[in-house]
Amino acid sequence: MNSQPEPKQKTCTLDCLQPGDCANVSHCEGSGSTFQRLCEMGFVKGAPLRVVRHALFGDPLVVEIQNYHLSLRKAEARMVNVNF
Amino acid sequence: MSTVAVFGNPNAGKTTVFNCLTGLSQKVANYPGVTVEKKEGFVKTDSGTIRLLDLPGTYSLAAFSPDEMVAVDVLLGRQAGVPLPDLILHVIDASNLERNLYLYSQLAETGIPVIIALNMTDVAQKRGREVDPEKLSNALRCPVIPIQAHKGVGIDGLVQSLKKFTQENASDTLRPGICQLPQGVEEGVGNLREEFAHTYKAQQKHELERFELLRALIDQGGQTSQRLNSILGDSFTSKLRELRASLEQDEPLAAQEAAVRYHWIHQQVELAKIPQTETTKKKTSSEFIDNILTHNFFGILIFLLIMLVVFQSIFAWAGPLMDLIDSGTGAVQELVASWLPEGQLQSLIVDGVIAGVGGVVIFLPQILILFLLLGLLEDCGYMARAAYLMDNIMRKCGLSGKSFIPMLSGFACAIPGVMAARVVENRRDRLATILVTPLMSCSARLPVYILLTQTFIPNHEYLGGWLNLQGIVYFCMYILGIVVAIAMAFLLKKTLLKGPRPTFVLELPGYKWPAIRTVGFRLLDRGKAFLVRAGTLILAISIVVWGLSYYPRSDSIAQQFEQQRVRAQNAGLLEDVLEERLEEISLEEKGAQLDQSYFGRMGKTVEPVFMPLGWDWKISMSAIASFPAREVIVATLGIIYNLGDEVDEENEALREKLKSATWEESKEPVYNIPVALSIMVFFALCCQCGATLATIKRETNSWFWTVFTFVYMTGLAYVAAFITYQVGMMI
Repeated sequence: MNSQPEPKQKTCTLDCLQPGDCANVSHCEGSGSTFQRLCEMGFVKGAPLRVVRHALFGDPLVVEIQNYHLSLRKAEARMVNVNF
Repeated sequence: MSTVAVFGNPNAGKTTVFNCLTGLSQKVANYPGVTVEKKEGFVKTDSGTIRLLDLPGTYSLAAFSPDEMVAVDVLLGRQAGVPLPDLILHVIDASNLERNLYLYSQLAETGIPVIIALNMTDVAQKRGREVDPEKLSNALRCPVIPIQAHKGVGIDGLVQSLKKFTQENASDTLRPGICQLPQGVEEGVGNLREEFAHTYKAQQKHELERFELLRALIDQGGQTSQRLNSILGDSFTSKLRELRASLEQDEPLAAQEAAVRYHWIHQQVELAKIPQTETTKKKTSSEFIDNILTHNFFGILIFLLIMLVVFQSIFAWAGPLMDLIDSGTGAVQELVASWLPEGQLQSLIVDGVIAGVGGVVIFLPQILILFLLLGLLEDCGYMARAAYLMDNIMRKCGLSGKSFIPMLSGFACAIPGVMAARVVENRRDRLATILVTPLMSCSARLPVYILLTQTFIPNHEYLGGWLNLQGIVYFCMYILGIVVAIAMAFLLKKTLLKGPRPTFVLELPGYKWPAIRTVGFRLLDRGKAFLVRAGTLILAISIVVWGLSYYPRSDSIAQQFEQQRVRAQNAGLLEDVLEERLEEISLEEKGAQLDQSYFGRMGKTVEPVFMPLGWDWKISMSAIASFPAREVIVATLGIIYNLGDEVDEENEALREKLKSATWEESKEPVYNIPVALSIMVFFALCCQCGATLATIKRETNSWFWTVFTFVYMTGLAYVAAFITYQVGMMI
């Protein structure tokens, strides 16, 4: 992303996406059991995902990843970096 | 006998498969020191019996709590009382193959042979995600048996496979393909094993396994690394830290592991995929339903409607069955009374045993209906949505949506509610959930509410009959429990159970038709547990209450009433008038005997304590007698108010007696609306359930929290009842 000529690729954290947005996982940040659980649930480098919906006040959200639906809070979504 | 360990993700249908295979031959116990149920069942085949061990649903073998460690210990053959499994049966949701295979890739590495039950193949087909079982089997080098457990399809084939692979030496024929972890990881683990195997063996009965070293390396702060650190000491700890640092230059090891496994999984699934003719991805029906059920407005509306229907049906459907049990109890009492001569034994059996137990068994229909409905909601996948919808609110009191399910079950009975708190991973949050769940108005509080509202709350109707005052009072009692629970959870999370915000990562499984078998089994289980409780604890209390209120018998009172009887018989009354009079006399005699019984004497001693709540000694003693099980109060009031047998909350006579009860000195009526409300509030908040306390003790493994629950609930109940009465009397 830095020196490569890929100006279209943008990065943000999962909680910034809107319902309907699709993206690929870049990496997860953090440590400990929550971080590991996110990796195990399928948030691995390159995995495609789609934000399905936000609950009232935008939290928690539902994400489609590895072909299933997962609900997580903004706080956890913030640990996931995505490219789109 | 061969042992097969059944593994699977939550929601993969593992329990349904287990039930299909083992039927009624299940045994449930607990593993020592943890809250995981040890569930065993037996499969009979023509060549012998196979023991099946059901393990809790899990997404991965990375263990961060003692509960999660149970699965690891079983796989290592180190769980006390469980032999090393000969075979692993991995139940996989075919419609969600990738994530389900994550656990498989870990199981395959343990060296125990694995076979796969590919469940929900019909759902996968509908969702356009079908795989060829044979190709999958070839790709993974592992037997794959396609099944549809909720329809019972493919179970015979599964039994045949279990038979085949437990008979022959399966570990020779089954060599599953495994995912290659990064080279450095394998090497590092190999070196560690070589270096520490000797030290380990010197202290432990077992060998140091590659698998546990791998988990210790990757799961930083997990159970395995903690255990190995304490066994092998500082030199191991520093070696492990060094190795981890050298491998984690780019990325944490946990992320590397997940990336490598998912990469491998996608390769295998690609090999087995059945190409779909329709390339356009159509919306699944699950997603369509979710658009409505998790909608920010309609979803919440529907949620409230579902709750309303659940509670409504408890009242509406249970009625006839309860009447049936009620009249059955009455008939048995009459029958026994006619067999046995009048006296102590008859009174014990009729007034103590049958009335006491019958008064409790009457709630069986309500409990079963509630469990049926909650079970159906859970099995079809709705509960996860309810947790999602409620997360926002639950967060405000420091909990997560996951705590909502246990609290909801608490409306049926706190015991399954407290047990359902196991879904909450974090210990502090689980404790907070367990401590407030008994505040939910359970079905045993219902008879108290019904008796008191129908007797003392006027039946005013509003809005053309849509609302009535009695209904509003019921509703307020339920709301009271919820409000206090939320406030209490908030307080606990701010003080004693202070900690970081709970995480909320919850799978929303695809909707499916509930498996009748699974729901049925749960129903059977709960019904049995309830009846056992009625037959043991409640039976015992009934006998004690009866004994305390029957003894000592005063001869002078007996003589006095005998004289009254003789006088009545000699008064030349008509036969039916005489009969009525004799009946009256014997009821009065019961009352007089009760007054000077142990029960009466104790009641008069404790009366001052409950005076500020507006209670007389009879209410006070009934409330005290109800501490082991709150539903006892209806039966106790019945015994006290001279009605002896055959009393329930619908009983007209009891209601009349309550209305006409007066204080001994002032002759003012004992009961008025503030008193009735004060009793109801007390019962709404008080911890009057021995079985709940026993469950809390088991689940928290701590006497402190058990005693804490009892003290805080009872204290709250007293204060709230005091305020209710005092404020009520002022208005």
